[in-house]
Amino acid sequence: MAKAKKKARPAKRSRAVKTVAKTKANGHADPIREIEQFLYRQAECLDARDWQGFIELFTDDGIYWVPADPAQTTGDGVPSIFYEDRDLMTVRMRRLGHPRAWSQKTEWGTNHVVSNVVVEKQDPRTGDLVTRSRFHMMEFRNDVTRHFAGSYIHHLKKTRDGYRIKLQRVDMVNAQGPYDYVLQAWV
Amino acid sequence: MGVEMRLDLRTAVEPDRVHRSVYTDPGIFELEMDRIFNRVWTYVGHESQVKNPGDYWTVLIGRQPMVMVRHSDGEVHVLHNRCPHRGAMLYGNRFGNVGDAITCSYHSWQFNTDGSCKAIPLDKGYQGTRLASGGADCQMRNMKPAARTESYRGFVFASLAADGPSLQEWLGPAKIAFDDICNRAPAGEVEVVPTCFRVIQQSNWKIFLENQLDALHPAVTHESTGRAAYEVEEDFKKRGSKAPLAYHFMSAFYTTPVPKWDQFQTLNYANGHCILTGYMGLRPRDPDTLAYEAALTKAYGAKRMEEILGVNIHHVLLYPGLSVQSPLQQLRAVRPLSVDKTLTEIWHFRLKGAPEAIYRRALGYYNLVNSPSTLINADDLWNFWKCHQGLASDGGDWVSFHRNAGQDSEADGVVTSCIGTSEAPMRNQFRAWKEFMGV
Repeated sequence: MAKAKKKARPAKRSRAVKTVAKTKANGHADPIREIEQFLYRQAECLDARDWQGFIELFTDDGIYWVPADPAQTTGDGVPSIFYEDRDLMTVRMRRLGHPRAWSQKTEWGTNHVVSNVVVEKQDPRTGDLVTRSRFHMMEFRNDVTRHFAGSYIHHLKKTRDGYRIKLQRVDMVNAQGPYDYVLQAWV
Repeated sequence: MGVEMRLDLRTAVEPDRVHRSVYTDPGIFELEMDRIFNRVWTYVGHESQVKNPGDYWTVLIGRQPMVMVRHSDGEVHVLHNRCPHRGAMLYGNRFGNVGDAITCSYHSWQFNTDGSCKAIPLDKGYQGTRLASGGADCQMRNMKPAARTESYRGFVFASLAADGPSLQEWLGPAKIAFDDICNRAPAGEVEVVPTCFRVIQQSNWKIFLENQLDALHPAVTHESTGRAAYEVEEDFKKRGSKAPLAYHFMSAFYTTPVPKWDQFQTLNYANGHCILTGYMGLRPRDPDTLAYEAALTKAYGAKRMEEILGVNIHHVLLYPGLSVQSPLQQLRAVRPLSVDKTLTEIWHFRLKGAPEAIYRRALGYYNLVNSPSTLINADDLWNFWKCHQGLASDGGDWVSFHRNAGQDSEADGVVTSCIGTSEAPMRNQFRAWKEFMGV
């Protein structure tokens, strides 16, 4: 029972997300807890528009991928909604910060909720993980609210500084639908 | 019901300016559907979308839901997506294979893939009625085909009008869009990449078309992305490497000064079609390009290879519904949904016989420019929405197309712009618009 109580979400989300990721339960690392904190931290980067922080969650060769079709097994050489390494992410970040990124002039913001976290695979030798989770993103933009939802698959590499993303796959439920306007930041 | 127009159409379009109502008046939009989209050739899809007998894709022509389907004899048919019995749409999904027959989900009327009736359940119920074979209404046993269907080099078009110019007559010199795409393939043809990006813009369809050959906007609208791509290109250099060509497609918007765009040209043809010349740096001297040139030389000889790769096209606009970037094997089909809402369907094609790297190079453009996470069109769509808002306002009545008006040269029905940023393409589109609208 005591353990279950510890797992319950805190009433208020800590703003100091970076330190929380390293907390341990009962002196032992609780991998699910640690992964959840990592995913929340990534979501927080997006909602707080900490683009640099978002990029730094990826390994140097990390890839952020949103397939155009759920049947795709790789983003390499096929059309994708996003298929970005850190260099392309940097282009996107610098564009968003440019004073004449015209469509950024209108007020906008997002709210991500991440849940249903499951560890799909774990490499006992390296500590590397594959996790699956579900997200819901509400976006307010130009006086209109849009909703996006889907699943995340994170291929996480265990490093001295905590987990880093080698590959993030984002399957949008509406991947193949028409987009009323477009997406400017990562989902 | 009828929507009343607030404007006498005859006064709406002048040689160098256009009344804002033609973008915002729902009544004019209805007339456009009737007089333009119900008459012209509309791009339906590529034959490789329906490779096997029974394969189908649904598509809108004007307001009409249609279906493109491969018949058992190999021919591609374009049919109204409607059961002649009670009028139910036959396919509510986008694509697939019909299986044994096109079958209505309501009463199981069945059709062959050329639209002819295959079977009606309990057909004896129609004996002695006008719907029986040979009866006055026996045509109602069949799906209605598009009035005309033609294809050019694998690109299928249909028209809802029985009369009018043939597809090739209608395309005129603008058919170079498809020649340029296909000729760039060592095998002389292309195959569709089976993903379609669909993006809706909150603006009138004409605003999208006018933007396609507008050489003055990229340096302004896309400065942010151009600058960002340029900076990361410089980062690559500092690391001693070179950014992929896809960065150049974007950074060119920053590094190409406006006076350079003036050196390009637009060629403006009958029916509103136009070409913007201007090469996008697609012929660097890297190993991939050299391997590609070798494949083309093997297929066509060195002289013809030079001719093919020397074709200098940035965009071809096929009025009123298609924008083609032939050197990148991409096209955008424009489907007006309402007076202030337009769907674009964006496709990429693979050059048969070309090295994989050439496909991947163009794919970079497809993902970065044309996907729903576009680094480019995000700002275009923002402009389109703002244009529509401004045109719907009472802040002024006219849209200006005065730039270099009266200064372009015309010979044999082709208007050649005096400079790349002349608003000749917009004036040409409205010349066609007036003809179609009969004013």
